[in-house]
Formats: sequence, C-alpha cells, structure tokens
Amino acid sequence: MRTVLFFLIGILLGVVLFKSEVASWFRIYEMFQFDSFHMYGIIGSAVLFGALVMFGLKKFRVESILDGQQIHIKSKDKGWKRYLTGGILFGLGWGLAGACPGPMFVLLGAGFLPILCVVIGSLLGTYCLLRCVPRKAPSLMVGF
Amino acid sequence: MSSNLRTLCSAFGAGNSVSFFRFDWRRDSWNLSVLAGTVVGGFIASQFLTSTTVVDLNPETIAQLQGLGVLDAGQSYMPELLFGTEILHQKKNLLLLLGGGFLVGFGARYAGGCTSGHAISELSNLQWP
Repeated sequence: MRTVLFFLIGILLGVVLFKSEVASWFRIYEMFQFDSFHMYGIIGSAVLFGALVMFGLKKFRVESILDGQQIHIKSKDKGWKRYLTGGILFGLGWGLAGACPGPMFVLLGAGFLPILCVVIGSLLGTYCLLRCVPRKAPSLMVGF
Repeated sequence: MSSNLRTLCSAFGAGNSVSFFRFDWRRDSWNLSVLAGTVVGGFIASQFLTSTTVVDLNPETIAQLQGLGVLDAGQSYMPELLFGTEILHQKKNLLLLLGGGFLVGFGARYAGGCTSGHAISELSNLQWP
C-alpha cells in the first residue's frame, strides 16, 4: 500500500518535472545563462510552498505513514566546505549533462535513451566518491 | 532524489567491494518506488499529456545555441546533438554525458543532497549552514 502511494507520488513528480520543462536540457542551459525567469520561478515557488508545508507539518505534528511517528526533518550537518565543494562539482556536471538526479530518470521514461550514459555516470561518480574518500564516508551516507 | 544513487549502488552489489555500501538498502526502498514513479511519470507525460515538445526559449538563448551548432534550439525538448539516435556513433558526446553524470553523482553525494534535497527541502526547512 505504502509502496503504491510512493509510486503514485513519483508519477506525479515525473509528470510535473516533464511538463514544467524542468527536465529540458534547453531550459537548464537558459537558466545558467540567466536568460529566463522560468527555472528560478519554479524553484522559488517550490521553496515557498515547501516552507508552508513544513510549517504545517511541525505545527499540527503530522505523523508519518511510514512508522506512525511524528514527521521530523533531520537537519543537515553544519558546515560549508563540503557543501561548497560538492555543489561546485555538482553544478559542473549539471551544466555539462543538463540533468540532475530527478529529471534524468524522467527523461529515461520519456524515451531519451542516451540519458542512460548520464545515469551510469552518476552511479559511477557515487561509487567512486565512497571508494576514494572512505575516511569521510560515514557522514557521506546521510542526506537526500 | 540523489540518495537513490547510493541506494542503487548498494542494490547492484557495491557492498561487496566497498564496506560503506553495505547497509540495508531495502530500508530506503520507499524512495526507490518514488524513483520508479518518476520514470513512469516521464513516459506518461511525454506520450499522453504533451501535444508539442517545443520549449519556448529566450530568443537570445536560441541565437547563441544556434551559433554553437545546436540547430534545434527552440524547436524541441532535448538537443538532437546530445540525445538523438546519432549519439551512439559520437564518442565525444557520449563521454561528455558520462563525465557530466559522473560529476553530478560525485558532487551530489559529496554535498549530501542534490536540487531536491538542498535547494527545495532544506531551504523550505529554513536551515542555515
């Protein structure tokens, strides 16, 4: 039942990402050129709406359907070096491939098969990170 | 979304060579159902909910891309040059996609999250570094 619900949420997310053109390589290129408000408007409204939902979740102590416990959003670790380094590398890849981890799977479903290269690359990148920097790896295991 | 990359690595058996992948990936399987949903969502949206896949770009972006040889800018959803069927014969472009994907996977996991985790969830949660 839960699996079905999450699957349906995924379908909705996939449709929205495709229809809002967030998954389009062109929109991402345009965004990085600061030529359009489109992408900034979408993420801006997502953050505003998200903040409202988060506020509601805390205020009304909403329980998770996963375990019946009150939903608690774990804060990310403090610091900035890791986020800066990771963010710059991520952005470089985003600019090159034109897809981030959500849209790449949407594009796969939409039938753009060469996106498989990007998916395989990102799996290799994840693997290499945890292979090459094992010292830091425990903290790398958390976060969505 | 990017934690799915880690989960997939574990599911494919990466735990055999790297101990940090040796966690119970089934615990995160709810997230994999969301992922499977996005694939189906992409299929449904492109097949049944879309009459035109033209992306209405800024004319300046179109002109710039056409100058760079991306001739279908403003006429399609994805550039034929990178995502068309021809790409299988163009090693350079294939490597570009693979390398870009590598940086996305490496960077997202290094930072502990991607666009959905950091930009949307964390900003919504009003968290300050």
